[in-house]
Amino acid sequence: MSELSDLYQEVILDHNRRPRNFRTIENASHHADGYNPLCGDRLSLFVQVDAGIVTDIAFEGSGCAISKASASLMTDSVKGRAIDEVRALFTRFHRMVTTPPGQDVEDLGKLSVLAGVREFPVRIKCASLAWHTLKAALDRAPVASTE
Amino acid sequence: MTPGAAAPRLFEVGAVRGDFPILRRQAHGHPLVYLDNAATTQKPQVVIDAISRYYTDINANVHRGVHELSGLATDAFEAGREKVARFLNARSPREIVFTRNATESINLVAHAFGRLRVRAEDEVVISAMEHHSNIVPWQMLCERTGARLRVAPIDDRGELMVDALFALLNERTRLVAVTHMSNALGTVNPIEEIVRRAHEQGVAVLVDGAQAAYHLRVDVQALDCDFYAATGHKMYGPTGIGVLYGREALLDGMDPFLGGGDMISSVTFERSTWNELPHKFEAGTPDIAGVVGLGAAIDYLTAIGLDEIAAHEQALLAYGTEALQQVDGVRLIGTARRKASILSFVMDGVHPHDIGTIVDREGVAIRTGHHCAQPVMDRFGVPATARASIAMYNTREDIDALVDALGRVRQMLG
Repeated sequence: MSELSDLYQEVILDHNRRPRNFRTIENASHHADGYNPLCGDRLSLFVQVDAGIVTDIAFEGSGCAISKASASLMTDSVKGRAIDEVRALFTRFHRMVTTPPGQDVEDLGKLSVLAGVREFPVRIKCASLAWHTLKAALDRAPVASTE
Repeated sequence: MTPGAAAPRLFEVGAVRGDFPILRRQAHGHPLVYLDNAATTQKPQVVIDAISRYYTDINANVHRGVHELSGLATDAFEAGREKVARFLNARSPREIVFTRNATESINLVAHAFGRLRVRAEDEVVISAMEHHSNIVPWQMLCERTGARLRVAPIDDRGELMVDALFALLNERTRLVAVTHMSNALGTVNPIEEIVRRAHEQGVAVLVDGAQAAYHLRVDVQALDCDFYAATGHKMYGPTGIGVLYGREALLDGMDPFLGGGDMISSVTFERSTWNELPHKFEAGTPDIAGVVGLGAAIDYLTAIGLDEIAAHEQALLAYGTEALQQVDGVRLIGTARRKASILSFVMDGVHPHDIGTIVDREGVAIRTGHHCAQPVMDRFGVPATARASIAMYNTREDIDALVDALGRVRQMLG
C-alpha cells in the first residue's frame, strides 16, 4: 500500500510552500485559465513566447498542494524550451501520471516526483491541471478544464 | 404515551453501530471513521435484508399483474408508500410520489408546477444557501418561460436573512424554493414561518428536505409546505429512490412530468388520459426494491426514535464544534444558531483537498470540495471546504479521530 509520503514528497511540499514563478506576466503572448471543478483548483497561466521559445512563464491561483506544486515544477521545467519540446513534454508528463501503478514510467527528472500521484487516482487531475492549462494557452483556447 | 406502554428504547450508540455491517471494515488499515453522511448514509442490516428478501421471495412487476407474486410485490410497494406518507405526516398516500432522488423530485415540480403557474415576468425565489439541485431546475424554468430568479441572501453565520426573503415576495412571485437544512452549512431554516408568510401572499413553497429528513422530524402538515423533496439514500435507505410530497389539490392540477406506462388510464393514438394520483407522476417500472428498502429504513428509524437520534446527533455536533474550534488554524464555515449534523471547515494554509487525502489515510472519510453549492463557497470567499457530517452511528471517538488526523495534516503540510 502506498504511503502518503509518496504523494507529499519533500520536493512537492517545498514547491507548494514556495511556488516558483508565482506571479503574473503583463501582456503575455499566451494566457489561459484552468479550473478543476471537482475540488475547486483554479489557476491562471501566463506564457511569453518569443521566436518559438518560452522565454517566461508564470502562474497565479488557489488550489491544493498537488496542483500548486505541479504548476510550479512545470514552470521551472518549461522555461527556455522550444514550443515543440514543451508540447512533447506535456504528452510525456500526461503519460507518466496516468500509467497504472506498478508499471514503469519514463524518468522526467524533477517532474518524476509527481509519479506518486498514480497511487491516488482522485488526485491525478490536480497534477495535470497546470499542464492542461499550458496546452490550452498554447492552443489559444481561453479556458482549460480537467473534464 | 399511555400508562403501562413500553418505555422508548434508550439510544445506545454501540448497539446502533452493531446494526450497520459496513462500520466493521477498515480503511487504509485503520478502523473506518465514516463522517461523510451528508453525501450518503450507511445502511442497517435490516434494510439490506429487506431488499435482498424482496428479490428472493416476491419480486414481480407492480400494479399490472394478476398472478400471486405481482400481488405481493404491489402490496409491498404500496405499503412502502403508506409508510412514507405516515413518516412525513402527509394527509394520504396520494400525496406521495416516488422518484429517483430529491433532485428528480425538484425537477418534477419545476416542470409540472412551472407549466401550470409560471409565465414570463413571473418570479421564483430561492435562497443563497441552496444546493445546485435546488438552483438549476429553477434557472432552467426561468430560461424556458422568461420568468426571473430572485435570491434571498444569507449572513456571515450562514443564516437565511428571512426579512430579506419576505421583501422579495411580490404579486409576481409564484414559488419559493428553499432548503430545510443546508448540506454545505448545516443551517436549519424556519420553514413554518417562511411558508406562513409566503401563503399570505398566495405564493407556493417547495422545501428541499434531502438533508433534513433524517436529522429532523418532518411533518409536512405542520410545515404546511406545498411540496417537500426527500431522498432515501440519505436516510439509511438505498440509492435510487426519492420522494416528492405534494399537496393533493396542487398535484391534481399539474400535468405529468414523465410520460409512459402506468401513469396513464387509457391510450389511443389520438389521445391518452392520465391515471389518478399519485400514479400520474410515476411513469414506467418504479424502483420497487428501493421502496421496500426505504420502508425498512423508516421502520428502523421509527423504532429507535427520531427524537433520540436528534438528541444524540446534537450532542455530537456540539462536541465536534468545540473540538474543531480548538484546532490551530481551523475556521468553521456555517455557524448558524440552529444547525444539524454538518461541520464544514477550512484550515489556514491547507487546501481542503489535501486535508481530505491525508485524513483518508487515517481511515477518516470526509468530503472536500464545493459540495454542489458553489454559490455558498463564493459567499464565504473559499474555493472549497472540508466537511464532516454526523449520523446516528457516529461517536465522540469518531470526532477525536478526525481531530487527530487534522494533527497529521499540520505535520505533513506545515
